[in-house]
Amino acid sequence: MFETIIGLEVHVQLNTQSKLFCSCPTSFNHEQNTNTCPTCLALPGALPVLNKEALRKAGMFGTAVGATINRTSFFDRKSYFYPDSPSAYQITQLYTPIVEHGTLVIDFEDGSQKTIRINRAHIEADAGKNIHEGSISKVDLNRAGTPLLEIVSEPDMRSAEEAILYLKKLHSIVRYIDISDANMQEGSFRVDVNVSIRPKGDEKLYTRVEIKNINSFRFIQRAIEIEVARQKEAWEDGVYEEEIVQETRLFDQVKQETRSMRGKEEAADYRYFPEPDLLKVIVDDAMYADICSIPELPDAKKERFVNDFAISEYHASLITADLENAHYFEEMLSLGISAKNAVTWLIVELQGRLSGGVTPSTSPISAVMLGMLVKRIEEGVISGKAAKEVLDYLLENGGDIDEVIEKLGLKQVSDTGALEALIDEILNANADKVAEYKSGKDKLFGFFVGQAMKASKGSANPNTLNEILQAKLAQ
Amino acid sequence: MITLKEALKLSKEELISLKEELKAKIADNPELNAYIDVLNVGEGIPIAIKDNIQVTGWSVTSGSNILKGYIAPYNATVIEKLLAANMSPFGRTNMDEFAMGSTTESSCYGKTLNPLNPNCVPGGSSGGSAAAVAAGLAVAALGSDTGGSIRQPAAFCGIVGMKPTYGRVSRYGLGAYASSLDQIGPMTQNVEDAAILYDIIQGYDPKDSTSADRNDGTVSDKLDPNVKYKIAIVPDYVKDASEDVRNAYEKAIDVLKSAGHTIVEKTLMDPKYDISAYYITATAEATTNLARYDGIRYGNRVEGENLKDTFLQTRSKGFGAEVQRRIMLGNFVLSSGYYDAYYVKAQKVRSLIQQEYNKIFDEVDLILTPVAPRTAYEFGALSDPLEMYLSDIYTISVNLAGLPAISLPVDTATNGMPVGLQLIAAPYAEQTLFNGALSLETKLKG
Repeated sequence: MFETIIGLEVHVQLNTQSKLFCSCPTSFNHEQNTNTCPTCLALPGALPVLNKEALRKAGMFGTAVGATINRTSFFDRKSYFYPDSPSAYQITQLYTPIVEHGTLVIDFEDGSQKTIRINRAHIEADAGKNIHEGSISKVDLNRAGTPLLEIVSEPDMRSAEEAILYLKKLHSIVRYIDISDANMQEGSFRVDVNVSIRPKGDEKLYTRVEIKNINSFRFIQRAIEIEVARQKEAWEDGVYEEEIVQETRLFDQVKQETRSMRGKEEAADYRYFPEPDLLKVIVDDAMYADICSIPELPDAKKERFVNDFAISEYHASLITADLENAHYFEEMLSLGISAKNAVTWLIVELQGRLSGGVTPSTSPISAVMLGMLVKRIEEGVISGKAAKEVLDYLLENGGDIDEVIEKLGLKQVSDTGALEALIDEILNANADKVAEYKSGKDKLFGFFVGQAMKASKGSANPNTLNEILQAKLAQ
Repeated sequence: MITLKEALKLSKEELISLKEELKAKIADNPELNAYIDVLNVGEGIPIAIKDNIQVTGWSVTSGSNILKGYIAPYNATVIEKLLAANMSPFGRTNMDEFAMGSTTESSCYGKTLNPLNPNCVPGGSSGGSAAAVAAGLAVAALGSDTGGSIRQPAAFCGIVGMKPTYGRVSRYGLGAYASSLDQIGPMTQNVEDAAILYDIIQGYDPKDSTSADRNDGTVSDKLDPNVKYKIAIVPDYVKDASEDVRNAYEKAIDVLKSAGHTIVEKTLMDPKYDISAYYITATAEATTNLARYDGIRYGNRVEGENLKDTFLQTRSKGFGAEVQRRIMLGNFVLSSGYYDAYYVKAQKVRSLIQQEYNKIFDEVDLILTPVAPRTAYEFGALSDPLEMYLSDIYTISVNLAGLPAISLPVDTATNGMPVGLQLIAAPYAEQTLFNGALSLETKLKG
């Protein structure tokens, strides 16, 4: 009887070499306050100069979500005092952002789809970091001035599941077009969730609550579910008006609750106005052409995989959801193996053996190794069963595929001469069963196969074995 | 004092003795208080520097307590240009705190006197630079002009002060007051020196996004007082000025006519709109430009009970009354619910002012106006802030429209103080501006 309304704001750190308004490097983990200059320290007289690369990457995102790219956009100052904000204003784009009115399609497991509207994406500068040590606080401004793209959706999502599908798709897109590392743990893909509820059928939007900075998809899903439950409970208890106020709440992972961050009595007035130190941002024809040409997107890649390799929609979407996975798959195929086998060995065999956040590309098995393993199966060098043993061994110890096959003695015998001798021996030793078979007891064929396989210690190539056995028994 | 043009011919040794001589004279005149201190960089011609232009290793404070002791770690682009042209930043000149004022009384280093009459203000905010040049304590100086801060003190002290077209001179390293209005410019003994110094500091700077990416070349080598121009006068606009100023205006018109220029009458909109648009725009920008002075990274922190209190104490004790007044005004005009009524409207007025000037410059080359409604007044005469704001009526529209203008002494008032007038040119028409000013100056000396 209630409907959940979710809108998402995602801050994506653009992976440019230098900061948004100065030439300081954006790299992490340097000694505190070393990647700074007069501009990002906001010293008297220092001025910002826009990093064109950040503009280009923001524009590419616009192309990826089919949005309007404003050929003229503007920067604005957003004022607030905080030690990690050196100029006490953030340079952002409020009135005319670079990207507006895009869409993103999410795919449900049952194959159905939904279009989520993107209101805008604007460029802004990140703040530094405050570090609290007992009674003192320190400020590290290495991150101050790093370029962010804030991507704001319309309140189009109706469940935590939809929100997560949207976020995963968005994550995939920014990785595909290589505008961000989008590492949630390192804070280069930060999610703020706006959640409200309303009675089903109601058209108006009720009070939205913002939940800030949750750093994993799992926690985002949990935070939404918990916040929705809180709002529903307040409604049902008749205290909705009192308890649900427009505010920012934090998700407590340990206590599994959302908690008020600051009251509305301190609602900030950011006093936005156009940034006078920067002229209007013009996307000229050359840059526009550049912005319009972006790498293949996840959906296009998926479709191509389905069409070119005749793999299922489901498998294609599993593989293409993550850019590294897609590249891994493509590299496997470059060894000339069948796509179907590549899918099985990547998704079922390899991924099935990985845990704890390890992905194929971060596992000890490279795409070439896995591709080679499949190739050896296809060549008849080893059986599928043996290949699983090889994979287990490689995950544990690493090594060269062929050497491991040799070492484990898993090489199939496809040498007809050796197999013929082995089969002759078995047929001679079981002359009674041969007679029974010949008199019509076809089922005994399996018995001969089993005996031969056993004698070869499992190394006989089953196809070759079958062929020889059939020929001999037909004599 | 020798002129900048003459100083260009001095040998290294002669420059050293010139600087010694200047130091001695400055030390002999402590009550004038034109300089905050006298440091020197390099072996070039000494140029006095307003206290809001960054010079590496100097304590550059914009005349404010909040920055006292702050050492600039980099050079402003204009300083790099001076050094490259064999000129030396020489001495830090006094100014109104953060360039907010018309008298140089609001400096944390105390007021500067007018060298022509110690009971009178030198004007502001570049009052220290103007007084230093007028008193023969500087060959030339740099000032900054946001709403008249070069031109008005130049007029009050009887020297030449020039504000370039917005974007002509890099603002990189200029402690910001109002970013869309600020320009650094020369303050000199005569028009030719102003042109020489202008040539050195002007030019595109990739470090300043608002810098104009164009190359119009130098003006001082092409100065020509004999080019005849069509010059607009604005009688309606002048009627509120003092008698001394009106007399000087009449005199300048006659001189320009006799020099062969064509005079045409034009009207400008009521300057009360300029005042509103200016004080809204400037304070809005200033309130954010000055927000960085929070005591966290540099400057004088006053420790409070908590973070918010530290911000509050630092800023309440660090900023003077006029700066605090403008910060509050700026916050007010930007606050939600007032933004459209004030800031947005002011920008509309601003573009109307620009259009009005454009229309006039479709027909004429230059406009002649007063610089201030009256000559330098006595200390304390303008104690009401609003009265002080109104004294800017003739200078601020030039900043709102981004135009180049030059103030030069034209007459002496009955009280013996100089009367300056200004010529205004179209954007980037500095050559025309200097030619016209040189023509007027030459004919006046006649």
